[in-house]
This record gives sequence, structure tokens and C-alpha cells, in this order.
Amino acid sequence: MTEKYNMPDERGHFGPYGGIFVAETLIPAVQELNAAYQRYMHDPEFIAEMDADLQHYVGRPSPLYHAERWSNELGGAQIYLKREDLNHTGSHKINNTVGQALLAKRMGKTRIIAETGAGQHGVATATVAARLGLECVVYMGSVDVARQSLNVYRMKLLGATVIAVESGSKTLKDALNEALRDWVTNVDNTFYIIGTVAGPHPYPAMVRDFQAIIGREARQQCLEQTGRLPDALVACVGGGSNAIGLFHPFINDASVKMYGVEAAGDGVETGRHSAPLSAGRPGVLHGNRTYLMSDDDGEIIETHSISAGLDYPGVGPEHAWLKDTGRAQYPNITDNEALEGFHALTLMEGIIPALESSHAMAYTMKLAPTMRKDQIIIINLSGRGDKDMQTMAKREGIEL
Amino acid sequence: MSRLAATFEALAKTGRKALIPFITAGDPHPNFTVAMMHAMVEAGVDVIELGVPFSDPVADGPVIQRASERALAHKMSLKRTMDIASEFRQTNQQTPVVLMGYLNPIEAMSYEGFANAAQRADIDGVLTVDLPPEEAKECCDLLKARGIDTIFLLAPNSSDERIKKMDEVGSGYLYYVSLKGVTGAGHLNSVDVENKLQQIKQHTRLPVAIGFGVKDAETAKTIGNIGDGVVVGSALISKIEAHLDQPELAKNEIVALLTAMRLALDSLSAL
Ligand SMILES: Cc1ncc(COP(=O)(O)O)c(C=O)c1O
Repeated sequence: MTEKYNMPDERGHFGPYGGIFVAETLIPAVQELNAAYQRYMHDPEFIAEMDADLQHYVGRPSPLYHAERWSNELGGAQIYLKREDLNHTGSHKINNTVGQALLAKRMGKTRIIAETGAGQHGVATATVAARLGLECVVYMGSVDVARQSLNVYRMKLLGATVIAVESGSKTLKDALNEALRDWVTNVDNTFYIIGTVAGPHPYPAMVRDFQAIIGREARQQCLEQTGRLPDALVACVGGGSNAIGLFHPFINDASVKMYGVEAAGDGVETGRHSAPLSAGRPGVLHGNRTYLMSDDDGEIIETHSISAGLDYPGVGPEHAWLKDTGRAQYPNITDNEALEGFHALTLMEGIIPALESSHAMAYTMKLAPTMRKDQIIIINLSGRGDKDMQTMAKREGIEL
Repeated sequence: MSRLAATFEALAKTGRKALIPFITAGDPHPNFTVAMMHAMVEAGVDVIELGVPFSDPVADGPVIQRASERALAHKMSLKRTMDIASEFRQTNQQTPVVLMGYLNPIEAMSYEGFANAAQRADIDGVLTVDLPPEEAKECCDLLKARGIDTIFLLAPNSSDERIKKMDEVGSGYLYYVSLKGVTGAGHLNSVDVENKLQQIKQHTRLPVAIGFGVKDAETAKTIGNIGDGVVVGSALISKIEAHLDQPELAKNEIVALLTAMRLALDSLSAL
């Protein structure tokens, strides 16, 4: 890529992907949101308020940590972890909710809604809503309510109403459907905080811009600590917000390879997975065109992953574009491999990663040994594993 | 002239209003739909909106969501919906059929493949809920070249600019969604609808059908008095849902409801 990367276009297109595909009632809402986003992203007062919140409330900058023991064990590249798990509420999701909630306040919206899979985005949304005194309703598939019950309780403590969604596959996709139905009904007073780089324009670009602080910090920290840029970036991809947040500030650095790791569930060849970039096809869902898991008739297929946060049949449109152009690669990791990654990081470095992030760990275990010892990998450690204790214990037959 | 244009023109000449039922193709069973369509024509409907089931109907309330799920359980698809329309057309050459659904099944078929199939099935119009005009040009042009109308939605919060745009790109009729929400929702405020229709009519000469919130003969009459046509969906599908094991009974109740709506609407033109 010789020209400076400058996606999306005015109407939210990343090549053939992205765009605005919503019912007419939501058109004025996304136009209003886009106008506010265009205005405040360049407003020094807004940026100062957001930066102050990110520093004093979220705890940024998050460390870039050299996982020396693990690097030596794997015997290849030097591994650095971008510690988004240390953020307030325990994942990268809060970078985005802080930004969107400040926008909601500027736009005079009094009610916040969100969808959530793992519950991390729901918790991050309920947290900022509590702080700003805004009403908060979170939609969550009933399957996820059961497997992430700890986060459901956290959201309730934070004053949010959690609505269990019983339609479809009862996971993240269906939570998003229900949130969109709420938005269309309450569009006048409601701000929809989407938790990933999906949805109609401007969400994919806006959420990316709020998450790009991850990559901006990592780039600077890497230069400070090692005097050079990394050779590879690795992040898990559900909707793709933590991955694009890390990748985006490096897109023009041609020497930096990018790996977005999808969830292969039981294995891509079994059909029971959540890997649209590996095994899906382009289509339209939730307001944008992107790679989707859908059948020959265009119906969306049920997804499978051990991690609720990756259990989604679509992916942000910018990743679809980065895949097609070859700028980023999208390998996949099975449930079992992810568990190996989970245990490896926990035992080697004393850090318990989220099951989502464990997919990035597992891929790094394959990648690092193929690289030289003087090369550098940065992994986005997108969240901490506390929320997954029940899932892990259950898998190992332990009653907590 | 398209079948839709001819239908609305004929209605306008006699001062009558279009009665437009919506049912989901293949609900509760694919064998049921063609007979249901013919029965609705006998009850006096003017245009049929045939819902294409989709796994993720984000603009629909619970009633139409469940209809979609029932149809999909019988492997209903866009292709099979067009087969049903085709079969209906063998014995009915007058009543326009409009496909109403979501974009992804059309994307899966490819726009050109879809336009060709729709032409073969003698479809009259296509309404795609999540395809606003900014993204619709390619699909719209392919349909237009085959004499098929593209119907667009208008909402209570649509601006003058937006209404003008729909007038430019749309054909057949415009569908005014009378409330902010999903299908089958809430209460209708007829004063609001009347005010909005006045605004819409300033910018378009296309007929305007009004849907969302039409439940019975009385609401049909109120809405019919304001627009050029009345769309009724969830109220019909509720009848199907109430008698899942007895589709004949559901059909009779639907016919009774549509007959009452027809009478109520025709009482307007008799005034
Ligand atoms: C810790 C963590 N990582 C990753 C994800 C996946 O989301 P995304 O791909 O948008 O980063 C989630 C989603 O819930 C999460 O909680």
C-alpha cells in the first residue's frame, strides 16, 4: 500500500463493504449520529474530556508487557502483551463506551441501550451509564445470560436492566437484532452504543476510532521499549473492535504483519464455528455489507464458540476489506486450541486471559516459533478471564 | 403500465382505497399460501404483499418473527417464495404481488439472478426493508429494466428531502410506516398520520399505502380515509398463529376480517 490508508468513504464504504443498510426509521438516527461524530471527533473540548476519562477513570495508558518467560519457552519471537485486561471493567470494551456515552450526552440522549455477548460490553456500557446518570438497557441472548452469569449480576448491580433474548440462536446476533428493534421504537431519546465495529455507518469507523488508542499507545510503547516497530500484531476477532483498534495505527507500516484470529469452534471443517472471514461469504446483516456465515438461501447460520464474545456470524466491514486486499490475515483457532492458550499464559506469565483473548494467545503459540528471536509480536490481551471461571470449571468437571 | 400502477389508477377513478394484506410465505406451511392468496383476493384485496422469511427480521415484531421461524422450519426461501407467487399467477393475472423482505437472501442469489427470477415469477414489486435508496440503485435498475416496481418506506421522522428522494427512486406506491417501531406495535395516532400524509403528498404523486398498527375494520377505515391504501399484516398472522393446526379455520377468520375491512373502506367512497 503506497497511498495513505483513508477508509471508509463518505457513506461508510470500505470497498464493497460497510455502508448503511437499515430500515427508513433509523436513517434520521444514523444521520444525526454521524453529524455528531464528525463534529465532536475534531472538537478539542470533547477530546480533552474523553482523554481525561480514559486516563483517570479507565486507567490508560495500559501497559505493554514483555512476556519474557513465555517468549523463551516458545523459542521464537519476543512476545509483548497490550494489557487491555487491566482497564477498568476488565477489557478493551470500555474505550468505546466512554467515547460513545460522551457523544450521547452531547446529543441530549437520556437513555442508553446496548447488546452484549460475553457481557464485557454490557458491563462497560452499564458502567459509563451509571457514571453519567443515564438509563441503561442491555440485551443479551439467553444462552449467554447463562454462561456469563457473573457479568449479568455486575450489570444489574450497576443499575442496568438486562433483557434476556429468546429468539433465534439466543446469542450475540439475536441480542443485536433486539437492540435494533428497541432503537427503532425509542429512537427519539435513545442512544444505541454498539459494542463492536459492526452496524451501519458511522459505527464501524466510529468504534474503530475510539479503539485506535490501543494501537497508538502500543506503537509508541514499542518504539520506546525496543527502539523499533513490531513485526506482527495478533488479536482475536469477534466483531473485530479490539483487533482493528490495535491494527489501525499500523496500517501504513508495510513491514508490520497483522493477524486477526477467528473462532473455529469445533473446527471450521465441522461447520460449527464463528469464522465468517475463513469460511463465510459476503452479504448484508445488521446494517452493513461484510463476510457472513449464511447458507445458499441467504439465511444466517448458527454460530459456535466457547467464547461468547466471538460467537457472532458477521465481522466488521473493515476487516472484510483488509482481508480482500491482503493487508491482514485471518487465521482461526478451535475451542481446544484456545484452552491451551488460556492455560499457557496463565501458567507461564501469571495472567489469566479472557477466553476471547485466548484465541490470540493460541495463534501466537503457532506463530512465534516460526519467527526469529529478534523479532517482535504484539498481542492484544483484550480482556481478563475472571468472567470465564464458571465456563472453565464446568469444562473440567469442577463445581464452584 | 405496470400492474401496480394500473391497480391504483383504477381505484383512484372510483375513489376507492387499496386493501393490501401481508402474509409470510410458507406460514404455517408452504402448501397453505397459494390457497390463502386466492381466498384473500375473493375477500376483495387489491395487492398482496408476500413476506419472504428471513432468519433475522430486525424490523419485525414478535408475531411476524414467529411467522418467519415457522416458514423457515419448512425450508421456505426466497426462491420458494417466488415459486408460490408463480403458482398463484397461473390462475390470477390481475392482482399485483409484492415481495417484502430483507436484503441478504437477494444478495445470496445475486441482484441479477434475483431480478431474472422475479421476472419469471411475474412479480410486480419488491420492497426490501433494509435497502435504503442510497444503496439500492443497482438492484432497482435491474428490476426496473424488467418492469418491476421498487417500493420504498417512509417513516414518521422522514424529512422533506427524504420524501422527495423516495418519490424519485420509488415506483408503484410508497409505504408509509405509521409509527416508530416494529411491525405489530402499539397505537396509531390518526392526527399524526394525517399531518404526515399532508407533508408527504406535497412531494409525491405516487400512491401512499399506510401500514403498521392496522388491526380491524375501524382502524382500516380511519387510515383508509387518510391514505390511498391500507396494509394489514400482524392482525392476519395472529389468526394463523391462533389456529396452527387448523389452517382452514385461520383462512376463514382472515377472510372474515378482510371482508369487514373491505366494507369499511368502501363505505368511505360511498360518502
Ligand atoms: C475480552 C473480549 N475480547 C474480545 C471480544 C470480541 O469483540 P471484538 O472482536 O469486537 O473485539 C470480546 C467481546 O465480548 C471480549 O469481551
